[in-house]
Amino acid sequence: MKAIVHVFLKPGVLDVQGKAVEQALHGLGWGGVANVRVGRTIEFDLAAKDAAGAEAEVKAMCDKLLANTVIESYRVEVA
Amino acid sequence: MKAAVIVFPGSNCDRDCKVAIERSTGAHVDMVWHGDTELPSGVDLIVLPGGFAYGDYLRCGAMAALSPIMREVKAAAERGVATVGICNGFQVLCEARMLPGALLRNERLKYVCKAVDLEVTNAQTRFTAGYVGRRQVAMTVGNGEGNFFADEATLDRLEGEGQVVFRYVDNPNGSSRGVAGIVNAKGNVLGLMPHPDRAFEPELGSADGAILFQSALASA
Repeated sequence: MKAIVHVFLKPGVLDVQGKAVEQALHGLGWGGVANVRVGRTIEFDLAAKDAAGAEAEVKAMCDKLLANTVIESYRVEVA
Repeated sequence: MKAAVIVFPGSNCDRDCKVAIERSTGAHVDMVWHGDTELPSGVDLIVLPGGFAYGDYLRCGAMAALSPIMREVKAAAERGVATVGICNGFQVLCEARMLPGALLRNERLKYVCKAVDLEVTNAQTRFTAGYVGRRQVAMTVGNGEGNFFADEATLDRLEGEGQVVFRYVDNPNGSSRGVAGIVNAKGNVLGLMPHPDRAFEPELGSADGAILFQSALASA
């Protein structure tokens, strides 16, 4: 199975990279851009019997290593 | 007196810490590799040094927090052994959940490397007892991700319980409430972004860091 994990800073946490990218986009003329967030995508293959089990396993990986839940939230896709 | 400095792949202040502890306290210092599974027996102080452990991959301190030796560091800290994380070491302690909060990218995205004045917010910890009567000390910072973050409730608790130990006089990186260093609830684990290991002799511009190591070992 293929797992894709998206990790972003939580809404209340200042994303300085996102702010810098937003300003750069404004500088290029895209004035309508707002709320840019820069995150990270982690993908990997996973040996698992079913999607539900795989998802639970990937969530455990997120809590333990892939995300720091003090500052980050994550979204898991398993297919 | 015995101290141990943990060496992660990518640590770069490990030798600085060793020399700083030796010269300021006369303690014997062992270097302990991150892959080791035990600490030297009878260790009184554990230091997690600055640097870029595991290349800061994923998040600063994230991989280091899962190193084999960290199980022993956690166990020793639970027994009450004085443990200090400096800069990257502070990030490791937060990632290991031995301290609350996290260190974010600096507010202005810049790596900040300079001398800073610190307010000693709590001189009644085992790490800061030697600063009694001193309201301000000087050390240097060198970090790109030293912007301390915790939610408001955690910050209130840290302040209320006297766990904020050092505060920047002039906040260089956007840290919440100017926090430069905190201790855990038990008071035996300290994390700070400024480097006492770069401020242990007057020739370095400040000898204030020496007092921190002296206090930590005097309390052991």
